[in-house]
Amino acid sequence: MSVDAKVKGIISDQLEVAVEKLSMETTFEDIDADSLDIVELVMALEEEFDLEISDQEIENIKTVGDVIKYIESQV
Amino acid sequence: MKMDLKGKTAIVTGASRGIGRATALALAKAGADIVINYNRSGEAAEEVKAEIEAAGSRALSVRADVSSYSDCEALASAAIDHFKRIDILINNAGITADNLLIRMKPDEWSSVIDTNLTGVYNCTRAVMRPLLKQKSGGRIINVASVSGIYGNTGQANYAAAKGGVIAFTKSLAKELGSRSITVNAVAPGFIETDMTGELTEQFREGVLSRIALGRLGRAEEVAEVILFLASSASYVTGQVIAVDGCLAL
Ligand SMILES: NC(=O)c1ccc[n+]([C@@H]2O[C@H](COP(=O)([O-])OP(=O)(O)OC[C@H]3O[C@@H](n4cnc5c(N)ncnc54)[C@H](O)[C@@H]3O)[C@@H](O)[C@H]2O)c1
Repeated sequence: MSVDAKVKGIISDQLEVAVEKLSMETTFEDIDADSLDIVELVMALEEEFDLEISDQEIENIKTVGDVIKYIESQV
Repeated sequence: MKMDLKGKTAIVTGASRGIGRATALALAKAGADIVINYNRSGEAAEEVKAEIEAAGSRALSVRADVSSYSDCEALASAAIDHFKRIDILINNAGITADNLLIRMKPDEWSSVIDTNLTGVYNCTRAVMRPLLKQKSGGRIINVASVSGIYGNTGQANYAAAKGGVIAFTKSLAKELGSRSITVNAVAPGFIETDMTGELTEQFREGVLSRIALGRLGRAEEVAEVILFLASSASYVTGQVIAVDGCLAL
Protein backbone atom coordinates (compact mmCIF):
# COMPACT_ATOMS: atom_id res chain seq x y z
CA MET A 1 0.00 0.00 0.00
CA SER A 2 1.26 3.51 -0.77
CA VAL A 3 2.02 5.94 2.05
CA ASP A 4 -0.83 8.04 0.74
CA ALA A 5 -3.38 5.24 1.10
CA LYS A 6 -2.01 4.07 4.44
CA VAL A 7 -2.11 7.54 5.96
CA LYS A 8 -5.61 8.18 4.71
CA GLY A 9 -6.68 4.82 6.11
CA ILE A 10 -5.29 5.69 9.53
CA ILE A 11 -6.89 9.15 9.50
CA SER A 12 -10.19 7.64 8.47
CA ASP A 13 -9.93 5.05 11.24
CA GLN A 14 -8.84 7.39 13.99
CA LEU A 15 -11.15 10.27 13.22
CA GLU A 16 -14.06 8.24 11.94
CA VAL A 17 -14.41 9.95 8.57
CA ALA A 18 -14.90 8.27 5.21
CA VAL A 19 -11.69 7.93 3.17
CA GLU A 20 -13.51 9.46 0.19
CA LYS A 21 -13.86 12.68 2.13
CA LEU A 22 -10.09 13.03 2.52
CA SER A 23 -8.18 14.99 -0.11
CA MET A 24 -4.69 16.47 0.13
CA GLU A 25 -6.27 19.86 0.91
CA THR A 26 -8.65 18.65 3.63
CA THR A 27 -7.76 20.46 6.85
CA PHE A 28 -8.22 18.85 10.24
CA GLU A 29 -10.58 21.66 11.05
CA ASP A 30 -12.76 20.56 8.11
CA ILE A 31 -13.20 17.15 9.70
CA ASP A 32 -13.73 18.52 13.23
CA ALA A 33 -10.55 17.15 14.73
CA ASP A 34 -9.59 18.77 18.05
CA SER A 35 -6.11 18.90 19.56
CA LEU A 36 -6.50 15.55 21.32
CA ASP A 37 -7.66 13.95 18.06
CA ILE A 38 -4.47 15.16 16.40
CA VAL A 39 -2.33 13.73 19.21
CA GLU A 40 -4.08 10.39 18.94
CA LEU A 41 -3.60 10.42 15.19
CA VAL A 42 0.09 11.18 15.66
CA MET A 43 0.35 8.26 18.12
CA ALA A 44 -1.15 5.93 15.55
CA LEU A 45 1.13 7.23 12.79
CA GLU A 46 4.20 6.89 15.02
CA GLU A 47 3.32 3.29 15.64
CA GLU A 48 2.50 2.41 12.04
CA PHE A 49 5.61 4.01 10.55
CA ASP A 50 7.90 3.46 13.54
CA LEU A 51 8.99 7.07 13.91
CA GLU A 52 8.76 9.89 16.38
CA ILE A 53 6.98 13.10 15.46
CA SER A 54 8.05 16.13 17.51
CA ASP A 55 5.64 18.69 18.97
CA GLN A 56 7.01 21.26 16.58
CA GLU A 57 6.24 19.08 13.58
CA ILE A 58 2.75 18.47 14.90
CA GLU A 59 2.21 22.24 14.97
CA ASN A 60 2.96 22.39 11.25
CA ILE A 61 0.38 19.79 10.35
CA LYS A 62 -2.73 21.50 9.04
CA THR A 63 -3.95 19.33 6.17
CA VAL A 64 -4.05 15.68 5.22
CA GLY A 65 -1.46 16.51 2.55
CA ASP A 66 0.90 17.89 5.24
CA VAL A 67 0.80 14.52 7.01
CA ILE A 68 1.41 12.53 3.84
CA LYS A 69 4.28 14.78 2.75
CA TYR A 70 5.85 14.57 6.20
CA ILE A 71 5.62 10.79 6.39
CA GLU A 72 6.97 10.42 2.85
CA SER A 73 9.98 12.53 3.79
CA GLN A 74 10.69 10.24 6.74
CA VAL A 75 10.29 6.73 5.35
CA MET B 1 -26.08 0.85 41.45
CA LYS B 2 -23.44 -0.94 39.38
CA MET B 3 -20.21 -1.75 41.18
CA ASP B 4 -19.09 -4.48 38.84
CA LEU B 5 -15.47 -4.19 37.73
CA LYS B 6 -15.05 -7.62 36.15
CA GLY B 7 -12.60 -7.58 33.27
CA LYS B 8 -11.19 -4.19 34.29
CA THR B 9 -7.66 -3.53 35.44
CA ALA B 10 -6.88 -1.00 38.15
CA ILE B 11 -3.51 0.37 39.19
CA VAL B 12 -3.37 1.55 42.79
CA THR B 13 -0.24 3.42 43.83
CA GLY B 14 1.04 3.10 47.38
CA ALA B 15 -1.20 0.10 47.89
CA SER B 16 0.79 -1.76 50.51
CA ARG B 17 -1.02 -0.17 53.45
CA GLY B 18 -3.52 2.45 54.58
CA ILE B 19 -5.99 3.96 52.13
CA GLY B 20 -4.22 2.41 49.12
CA ARG B 21 -4.48 -1.07 50.56
CA ALA B 22 -8.15 -0.64 51.46
CA THR B 23 -8.82 0.67 47.94
CA ALA B 24 -7.02 -2.23 46.27
CA LEU B 25 -9.10 -4.67 48.30
CA ALA B 26 -12.37 -2.86 47.60
CA LEU B 27 -11.75 -2.72 43.83
CA ALA B 28 -10.71 -6.39 43.83
CA LYS B 29 -13.88 -7.32 45.67
CA ALA B 30 -15.83 -5.61 42.89
CA GLY B 31 -14.03 -7.92 40.46
CA ALA B 32 -11.15 -5.82 39.10
CA ASP B 33 -7.66 -7.14 38.42
CA ILE B 34 -5.32 -5.11 40.61
CA VAL B 35 -1.83 -3.81 40.07
CA ILE B 36 -0.49 -3.17 43.56
CA ASN B 37 2.23 -0.56 43.45
CA TYR B 38 4.62 -0.17 46.37
CA ASN B 39 7.94 1.53 46.86
CA ARG B 40 9.68 0.06 49.87
CA SER B 41 7.27 -2.34 51.55
CA GLY B 42 7.48 -5.33 49.23
CA GLU B 43 6.46 -7.74 51.94
CA ALA B 44 3.30 -5.85 52.81
CA ALA B 45 2.46 -5.63 49.10
CA GLU B 46 2.76 -9.42 48.81
CA GLU B 47 0.31 -9.76 51.70
CA VAL B 48 -2.21 -7.54 49.91
CA LYS B 49 -1.68 -9.62 46.78
CA ALA B 50 -2.31 -12.85 48.68
CA GLU B 51 -5.44 -11.39 50.24
CA ILE B 52 -6.80 -10.38 46.83
CA GLU B 53 -6.03 -13.77 45.33
CA ALA B 54 -7.64 -15.52 48.25
CA ALA B 55 -10.80 -13.55 47.48
CA GLY B 56 -10.69 -14.81 43.88
CA SER B 57 -9.33 -11.82 41.95
CA ARG B 58 -6.05 -11.46 40.12
CA ALA B 59 -3.24 -9.24 41.38
CA LEU B 60 0.25 -8.19 40.44
CA SER B 61 2.63 -6.28 42.67
CA VAL B 62 5.09 -3.88 41.09
CA ARG B 63 7.78 -1.82 42.76
CA ALA B 64 7.92 1.76 41.52
CA ASP B 65 8.83 5.06 43.08
CA VAL B 66 6.08 7.36 41.81
CA SER B 67 8.44 10.34 41.93
CA SER B 68 10.42 8.72 39.10
CA TYR B 69 8.94 8.99 35.63
CA SER B 70 10.80 5.95 34.32
CA ASP B 71 9.54 3.87 37.25
CA CYS B 72 5.97 4.91 36.41
CA GLU B 73 6.45 3.99 32.76
CA ALA B 74 7.68 0.57 33.86
CA LEU B 75 4.65 0.29 36.15
CA ALA B 76 2.24 0.97 33.27
CA SER B 77 4.10 -1.46 31.00
CA ALA B 78 3.98 -4.18 33.63
CA ALA B 79 0.21 -3.68 33.92
CA ILE B 80 -0.24 -3.96 30.16
CA ASP B 81 2.08 -6.96 29.84
CA HIS B 82 0.29 -8.81 32.59
CA PHE B 83 -3.37 -7.83 32.25
CA LYS B 84 -3.36 -6.47 28.66
CA ARG B 85 -5.22 -3.31 29.64
CA ILE B 86 -5.56 -0.43 32.09
CA ASP B 87 -9.00 0.98 32.95
CA ILE B 88 -8.57 2.62 36.32
CA LEU B 89 -5.74 4.55 37.93
CA ILE B 90 -5.81 5.43 41.61
CA ASN B 91 -3.10 7.95 42.45
CA ASN B 92 -2.85 7.33 46.16
CA ALA B 93 0.85 7.25 47.07
CA GLY B 94 1.75 10.17 49.29
CA ILE B 95 3.98 11.34 52.09
CA THR B 96 4.07 14.15 54.62
CA ALA B 97 7.04 16.14 55.94
CA ASP B 98 5.30 18.65 58.20
CA ASN B 99 7.10 21.73 59.39
CA LEU B 100 6.47 25.41 59.85
CA LEU B 101 7.66 27.15 56.73
CA ILE B 102 10.37 29.05 58.58
CA ARG B 103 11.95 25.70 59.48
CA MET B 104 11.04 23.79 56.33
CA LYS B 105 14.15 22.55 54.58
CA PRO B 106 14.36 22.51 50.79
CA ASP B 107 14.28 18.72 50.74
CA GLU B 108 11.12 18.66 52.90
CA TRP B 109 9.54 20.88 50.27
CA SER B 110 10.78 19.02 47.22
CA SER B 111 10.26 15.46 48.46
CA VAL B 112 6.58 16.17 49.17
CA ILE B 113 6.05 17.95 45.84
CA ASP B 114 7.95 15.23 43.94
CA THR B 115 5.96 12.37 45.44
CA ASN B 116 2.51 13.90 45.94
CA LEU B 117 2.22 16.15 42.90
CA THR B 118 4.82 15.10 40.33
CA GLY B 119 4.00 11.50 41.22
CA VAL B 120 0.44 12.08 40.03
CA TYR B 121 1.70 13.58 36.78
CA ASN B 122 4.17 10.70 36.29
CA CYS B 123 1.67 7.88 36.75
CA THR B 124 -1.12 9.56 34.84
CA ARG B 125 1.14 10.47 31.94
CA ALA B 126 2.43 6.91 31.83
CA VAL B 127 -1.05 5.39 31.46
CA MET B 128 -2.30 8.00 28.97
CA ARG B 129 -1.32 6.22 25.77
CA PRO B 130 -2.73 2.81 26.63
CA LEU B 131 -5.86 4.42 28.04
CA LEU B 132 -6.52 6.47 24.89
CA LYS B 133 -5.62 3.62 22.59
CA GLN B 134 -8.14 1.30 24.19
CA LYS B 135 -10.90 3.77 23.32
CA SER B 136 -13.08 2.40 26.09
CA GLY B 137 -13.12 5.31 28.53
CA GLY B 138 -11.49 5.09 31.92
CA ARG B 139 -11.40 6.35 35.47
CA ILE B 140 -8.67 8.33 37.17
CA ILE B 141 -9.06 9.04 40.88
CA ASN B 142 -6.56 11.14 42.76
CA VAL B 143 -6.24 11.04 46.51
CA ALA B 144 -5.89 14.69 47.53
CA SER B 145 -6.56 16.01 51.04
CA VAL B 146 -8.65 18.58 52.85
CA SER B 147 -5.33 20.37 53.43
CA GLY B 148 -5.24 21.03 49.71
CA ILE B 149 -8.62 22.76 49.94
CA TYR B 150 -8.34 24.76 53.17
CA GLY B 151 -4.59 24.88 53.80
CA ASN B 152 -3.11 23.76 57.09
CA THR B 153 -0.50 25.10 59.49
CA GLY B 154 2.75 23.18 59.17
CA GLN B 155 1.73 21.71 55.82
CA ALA B 156 2.59 24.40 53.26
CA ASN B 157 4.42 21.77 51.21
CA TYR B 158 1.72 19.12 51.52
CA ALA B 159 -1.17 21.56 50.97
CA ALA B 160 0.55 23.03 47.91
CA ALA B 161 1.01 19.55 46.46
CA LYS B 162 -2.57 18.45 47.20
CA GLY B 163 -4.00 21.76 45.97
CA GLY B 164 -1.99 21.15 42.83
CA VAL B 165 -3.49 17.68 42.54
CA ILE B 166 -6.98 19.20 42.71
CA ALA B 167 -6.20 21.70 39.94
CA PHE B 168 -4.62 18.88 37.91
CA THR B 169 -7.79 16.82 38.38
CA LYS B 170 -10.06 19.60 37.11
CA SER B 171 -7.85 20.33 34.10
CA LEU B 172 -7.51 16.71 33.07
CA ALA B 173 -11.26 16.16 33.40
CA LYS B 174 -11.66 18.83 30.72
CA GLU B 175 -8.95 17.35 28.50
CA LEU B 176 -10.30 13.81 28.62
CA GLY B 177 -14.04 14.31 28.85
CA SER B 178 -14.50 13.79 25.11
CA ARG B 179 -12.94 10.33 25.54
CA SER B 180 -15.28 9.27 28.36
CA ILE B 181 -12.42 9.23 30.82
CA THR B 182 -13.53 10.71 34.14
CA VAL B 183 -11.04 12.32 36.49
CA ASN B 184 -11.99 13.00 40.09
CA ALA B 185 -10.36 13.51 43.46
CA VAL B 186 -11.21 12.50 46.98
CA ALA B 187 -10.08 14.74 49.80
CA PRO B 188 -9.80 12.74 53.01
CA GLY B 189 -9.81 14.49 56.36
CA PHE B 190 -8.29 12.66 59.32
CA ILE B 191 -8.17 8.95 58.58
CA GLU B 192 -6.70 6.27 60.92
CA THR B 193 -3.57 5.17 59.07
CA ASP B 194 0.18 5.16 59.66
CA MET B 195 0.17 8.72 58.35
CA THR B 196 -1.95 9.96 61.25
CA GLY B 197 -0.56 7.42 63.73
CA GLU B 198 2.12 9.92 64.69
CA LEU B 199 -0.32 12.56 65.96
CA THR B 200 -0.05 13.36 69.67
CA GLU B 201 -2.95 12.57 72.00
CA GLN B 202 -3.45 16.27 72.68
CA PHE B 203 -3.66 17.04 68.97
CA ARG B 204 -6.13 14.20 68.47
CA GLU B 205 -8.47 15.57 71.15
CA GLY B 206 -8.35 18.98 69.54
CA VAL B 207 -9.10 17.54 66.12
CA LEU B 208 -12.06 15.45 67.28
CA SER B 209 -13.86 18.53 68.55
CA ARG B 210 -13.75 19.94 65.03
CA ILE B 211 -15.16 16.84 63.29
CA ALA B 212 -18.96 16.74 63.14
CA LEU B 213 -18.98 12.93 63.22
CA GLY B 214 -16.77 13.05 66.32
CA ARG B 215 -14.28 10.41 65.21
CA LEU B 216 -11.48 9.82 62.73
CA GLY B 217 -12.36 8.05 59.50
CA ARG B 218 -11.30 4.56 58.50
CA ALA B 219 -9.32 3.76 55.35
CA GLU B 220 -12.23 1.58 54.16
CA GLU B 221 -14.54 4.59 54.29
CA VAL B 222 -12.31 6.43 51.83
CA ALA B 223 -12.00 3.29 49.69
CA GLU B 224 -15.80 3.08 49.39
CA VAL B 225 -15.96 6.54 47.84
CA ILE B 226 -13.09 5.71 45.49
CA LEU B 227 -14.89 2.50 44.47
CA PHE B 228 -18.02 4.53 43.74
CA LEU B 229 -16.04 6.91 41.50
CA ALA B 230 -14.26 4.00 39.81
CA SER B 231 -17.35 1.92 39.06
CA SER B 232 -20.59 3.93 39.00
CA ALA B 233 -20.63 7.75 39.01
CA SER B 234 -20.40 7.79 35.21
CA TYR B 235 -21.59 11.42 34.96
CA VAL B 236 -19.25 12.78 37.63
CA THR B 237 -15.97 14.30 36.51
CA GLY B 238 -13.65 17.09 37.62
CA GLN B 239 -14.99 16.89 41.17
CA VAL B 240 -13.42 16.80 44.59
CA ILE B 241 -15.29 14.77 47.19
CA ALA B 242 -14.32 15.47 50.79
CA VAL B 243 -14.36 12.35 52.97
CA ASP B 244 -13.81 14.08 56.28
CA GLY B 245 -16.80 13.57 58.58
CA CYS B 246 -17.49 17.30 58.16
CA LEU B 247 -14.24 18.74 59.37
CA ALA B 248 -13.76 22.42 60.14
CA LEU B 249 -10.08 23.17 59.64
N1 LIG C 1 -4.43 9.43 56.59
C1 LIG C 1 -4.98 10.60 56.42
O1 LIG C 1 -5.52 11.16 57.37
C2 LIG C 1 -4.99 11.27 55.07
C3 LIG C 1 -5.66 12.47 54.96
C4 LIG C 1 -5.70 13.11 53.73
C5 LIG C 1 -5.05 12.55 52.67
N2 LIG C 1 -4.37 11.40 52.78
C6 LIG C 1 -3.70 10.87 51.60
O2 LIG C 1 -4.05 9.54 51.38
C7 LIG C 1 -3.02 8.88 50.69
C8 LIG C 1 -2.70 7.58 51.39
O3 LIG C 1 -2.21 7.88 52.68
P1 LIG C 1 -2.34 6.90 53.94
O4 LIG C 1 -3.01 7.64 55.00
O5 LIG C 1 -2.85 5.60 53.52
O6 LIG C 1 -0.79 6.85 54.35
P2 LIG C 1 0.25 5.67 54.46
O7 LIG C 1 1.52 6.33 54.85
O8 LIG C 1 -0.28 4.57 55.29
O9 LIG C 1 0.34 5.16 52.95
C9 LIG C 1 1.00 5.84 51.95
C10 LIG C 1 1.44 4.82 50.93
O10 LIG C 1 2.16 5.49 49.89
C11 LIG C 1 3.33 4.79 49.61
N3 LIG C 1 4.36 5.67 49.08
C12 LIG C 1 4.95 6.74 49.66
N4 LIG C 1 5.86 7.28 48.84
C13 LIG C 1 5.84 6.54 47.70
C14 LIG C 1 6.55 6.61 46.46
N5 LIG C 1 7.47 7.57 46.25
N6 LIG C 1 6.26 5.70 45.51
C15 LIG C 1 5.33 4.75 45.71
N7 LIG C 1 4.64 4.63 46.86
C16 LIG C 1 4.90 5.52 47.84
C17 LIG C 1 3.73 4.21 50.95
O11 LIG C 1 4.61 3.12 50.78
C18 LIG C 1 2.39 3.80 51.51
O12 LIG C 1 2.03 2.53 51.06
C19 LIG C 1 -1.86 9.85 50.62
O13 LIG C 1 -1.83 10.49 49.35
C20 LIG C 1 -2.20 10.85 51.68
O14 LIG C 1 -1.62 12.12 51.43
C21 LIG C 1 -4.32 10.73 53.98
